[in-house]
Amino acid sequence: MAEQMILEEAKVTTDNYEVVHSKSKLFYPEYERKTDLKHQTHYCPGCGHGVTHKLIAEALEDLKVQDQTILVSPVGCSVFAYYYFDVGNVQVAHGRAPAAATGLKRACPDKIVIAYQGDGDLAAIGTAEIVHAANRGEKIAVFFVNNAIYGMTGGQMAPTTLVGQRSTTSPWGRRPINEGFPLHMCELLASLEAPVYIERVALSDNKNIMKARRAIRKALELQRDGAGFTFVEILSPCPTIWGKDPVDARKWVAEKMIPNFPLNVFRDRKIEVPNNNIPPRKTIAELVEGERKAGGDESVPHRHHRFSNLGIKVAGFGGQGVLLLGQLLAEMGMREGLEVSWLPSYGPEMRSGSAHCHVRLSKQRVGSPLVSRPDILIAMNEFSLRKFAAQVPPDGTILYARERLPEDFVAPLAQVICVPAAEIADKIGSPKVANIVIMGALLEETECLSSATAMKVLEAKVKNPTLLELDRKALDAGRVYIDHTVAVGAVTQADGFAQ
Amino acid sequence: MRQLCKGNVAVIKGAVLAGCRAYYGYPITPASEIAEAAALYLPEVGGTFVQAESETASINMVYGASAAGIRVMSASSGPGLSLMQEGISYLAGAELPCVLVDVMRGGPGLGNIAPEQSDYFAMVKGGGHGNYRNLVLAPASVQEMADLTILAFELADKYRNPAIVLTDGFVGQMMEPLDLEYRVIVAPEKPWAVQGTAETRKNMVSSIFLETDDLEEHQRRMEAKYIRAQQLETRCEQYRTDDADVVVVGFGIISRVLRSAVDEARQQGIKAGLFRPITLWPFPSKELAKTALHVQKILVVELSNGQMLEDVRLTINGKRPVEFYGRVGGNVPSVEELFAKIEEQVAVSA
Repeated sequence: MAEQMILEEAKVTTDNYEVVHSKSKLFYPEYERKTDLKHQTHYCPGCGHGVTHKLIAEALEDLKVQDQTILVSPVGCSVFAYYYFDVGNVQVAHGRAPAAATGLKRACPDKIVIAYQGDGDLAAIGTAEIVHAANRGEKIAVFFVNNAIYGMTGGQMAPTTLVGQRSTTSPWGRRPINEGFPLHMCELLASLEAPVYIERVALSDNKNIMKARRAIRKALELQRDGAGFTFVEILSPCPTIWGKDPVDARKWVAEKMIPNFPLNVFRDRKIEVPNNNIPPRKTIAELVEGERKAGGDESVPHRHHRFSNLGIKVAGFGGQGVLLLGQLLAEMGMREGLEVSWLPSYGPEMRSGSAHCHVRLSKQRVGSPLVSRPDILIAMNEFSLRKFAAQVPPDGTILYARERLPEDFVAPLAQVICVPAAEIADKIGSPKVANIVIMGALLEETECLSSATAMKVLEAKVKNPTLLELDRKALDAGRVYIDHTVAVGAVTQADGFAQ
Repeated sequence: MRQLCKGNVAVIKGAVLAGCRAYYGYPITPASEIAEAAALYLPEVGGTFVQAESETASINMVYGASAAGIRVMSASSGPGLSLMQEGISYLAGAELPCVLVDVMRGGPGLGNIAPEQSDYFAMVKGGGHGNYRNLVLAPASVQEMADLTILAFELADKYRNPAIVLTDGFVGQMMEPLDLEYRVIVAPEKPWAVQGTAETRKNMVSSIFLETDDLEEHQRRMEAKYIRAQQLETRCEQYRTDDADVVVVGFGIISRVLRSAVDEARQQGIKAGLFRPITLWPFPSKELAKTALHVQKILVVELSNGQMLEDVRLTINGKRPVEFYGRVGGNVPSVEELFAKIEEQVAVSA
C-alpha cells in the first residue's frame, strides 16, 4: 500500500506513468542511487518505512531545513534511506547511528541531525550507543522504527519481538525463558534525565498516522530550537515477514503491538542543563609551546658536564616523590642544554606500591631511555636498595636514604652514601621534602647538575611560597649533610646541621 | 623553547597544532593521558572532547565527525583498538580520514599494561574486515609523538584513509624535551564532506556498494591510492648503516635500545648499523633492500614473537640471512642484552 501511495504521489514523469500528486520535494525526483526501478522505493507494499519516510520528508520541507539536514542511515531495511532523502546523507555501521550522529552534531551544532534506526539496530546491537547518546542529551532526533522483527536479514527475532511471536530464530514463538521479554525502549530512555521528548506512536490507522506525523514534526522542531535529545518510536507494519497482507499487518500493529507497547508521551519537558565551569580559552601557541613559567627560559649550558652520558635510577615507595625527583633531574638537565629522558615504571597501583624511574642525561641524542646499569642509584627505601644495588657498576654511586646500610647487606663495590633524608626532612618541617634532601646530597656529591638550576626549576614548579622555602631548605640541608658528615668519611651527624 | 613533555601529552599538542578539534575516546592504560590531555586542551581551543561509553562508540563518533569534514582523532591501547576494528574498516571503506593512536601493551586478552609491539599485525595488516590498509607511523621519541601525529593528520587527509600512530607504553609514558613551535597548518578542502549546507547537500558518505561491479571499482580505486602511498610515503631512519656488516631492524622503543647497542658494538669494533622504519605501512622496503645489498646479516628485534619480521623477510626475499630476537610479556631488553645478540650474529657469520 505504501508503495502504491508513493507511486501515486511520485512527481516523476516517465514513459510508463504520469504524475498524479506531488511527493515531498525533500525526496529526490528520481532515485538515481538505485540501480533499477528508479521511480519507486525498495520497500515492500504496506511497509511502514515508506510512511515514516514521507512524514519525515514533509516535516523537513515544512520547516524549510532541507539544506541544513544530515540524515544518518542505519543497517537494516532502511540502510538505503539515502536513496530517497535529498539531504546530506551518512550511512553508518549497524547500531552505531547515535554515535556517528554525535560526531556529526558536535561538528555541526546548528544543523539538523537525524538518526533513523530499526529495532535490531537500535535496541539490540546498538543499545549502548542509544542509551548513552540519550543520556548525554545529544541534540539529535532519533526515529526508531519498531516492527518486532528483523526484516532485511529475513525474519529473525528482534529485541522487540512479542512473547509467543514466531521468527526464524524463535521457531516456537519467543519464549521468555530462553529469549527474555521484549525491550521497551521509550520506557527505558524515559528513566534518563537528559531527553526532552520521548513518544511512542503507531502506523496502525490514519488517526494514529496523523499522531505520528505530529510527533515527528515536534521532534524536528525541538531540534531546530536546540532543545535536546528527542526520540520517537514508531510501531510499524512488516507485511512481508509477518506473512500478512498490508491491511492485516496494520491490524496486527493495532491488536498485538499496541497492547504490548503502549502509545504514550513519555517525556515532554524543557531541561535546564547547568552550563558552569566554562573552560578558559587559550591560543594554540600558548597550548602547544607550553607556558613560559617564571624563570622558565632555558638556561644556556653554563657548566662543564664531566659525563657524556649519565644514567640515574630513582626508586622507592609510591608517595616518596620518586617519580617527581626523576622529573626534576630531567628538567634540570634539559635546562642545562643536555639531552634527557625520563621513563617511569608504571602500574595499576598508585599508592604503597613500589615505584622507580629511569633518567638519562646526555650530551648526545639519548638512545635507550632504560637505565639497566645506573651510574647513580637513588634508593629511597631498603626494598629498592636490595632490588637495584647490584645493577650499579663499581665506579657508580648509590645514594641510600637511610642513616646506614642494613646490617646483613653486603656492601657493593660501588660507592655508597647514606643520607637519612626522612629525618632531615622532618627537622626542616615536612617529611614530604625527603626527595629534595636527597637531591641536594646528589648535586653536592656528584656535581652532575647545578643547584642553581635546581632552584630555578623548583621556582617554576612550586607555586606555594611556604613549600618553596621548605624545598630550598631541603636542598641546602642535603648539601650540608654531604659537606659535614660524608666528606669526613663517616656518617656521624644524623641531622645534617651539626657543626 | 623546549619543554619536558610526556609522549602521550605530546600527541595532543601535535594534534591541536595540526588543527584537530575533536577527540572521542575511552580510558585505558597506558594511553589514558592522551584522553586526559585532550579533555584539558581541546575545549581551551574551542574543540570537542567526549568520553564515549566504549571504543566502539568512540570510533563511530570519529566516523561522524570525519564525515562532517573536521580533523578528528581517538587513542587507545590494544584491547580498545580491537573494539575499534569494525569502525576502522567502515572509515576505510567510506574513505574517511582520521588519526588513531595505539599505545601498545601486553596481550593477548587483558595481558598487562607493560609495553609490547604485538599489535603490528592488527594495525599494519588490517584487523578489520575487507580489503583496506591503514597508514601506520611508528614514533620512537616524545618529539616524534607530536611530529608524527601531525604527519598522520596530513596523510589521512591526503589519502582519505585512517592513519594510525603505533607506539607503545614506554614511548607514551616517557618524558623528553619537546620542541614545538606554533605554525599555521592548513587542512585541505573537503568538498566531499556532509556538513548540512546547500553546497554539501548532494554529498553522501557510505561504504555500501550493493552491485558487485561497483564494489570492485571502488576497491580498485582504493588500491590505486594505496599503491601511490607506497611510492610516495615510505619513511625510515638509518644509523651507521653505510659500512655495516650487521644491520639491526627495529621500530619504536626498541630502535632506541638498538641505537645504544649499535654504539656499543662499534666501540667493540663490530660494524653494526640500525635501520628504523618510521612508516610501518607503507613499509620502507626499497630503502631496506638497498641497505641490505652491502650487509652480511640482518637481525630483526621486536617486542613480539616476530610480526614486522615477516615484512623484513618479504623485502629481503632470501637474499641475506634474517635473524630474529623478540621479547614479550612487557619485557624490554637492555642495551647489554641486544649488544650480546649483535655480537652473536658476527660470531656466527665469522
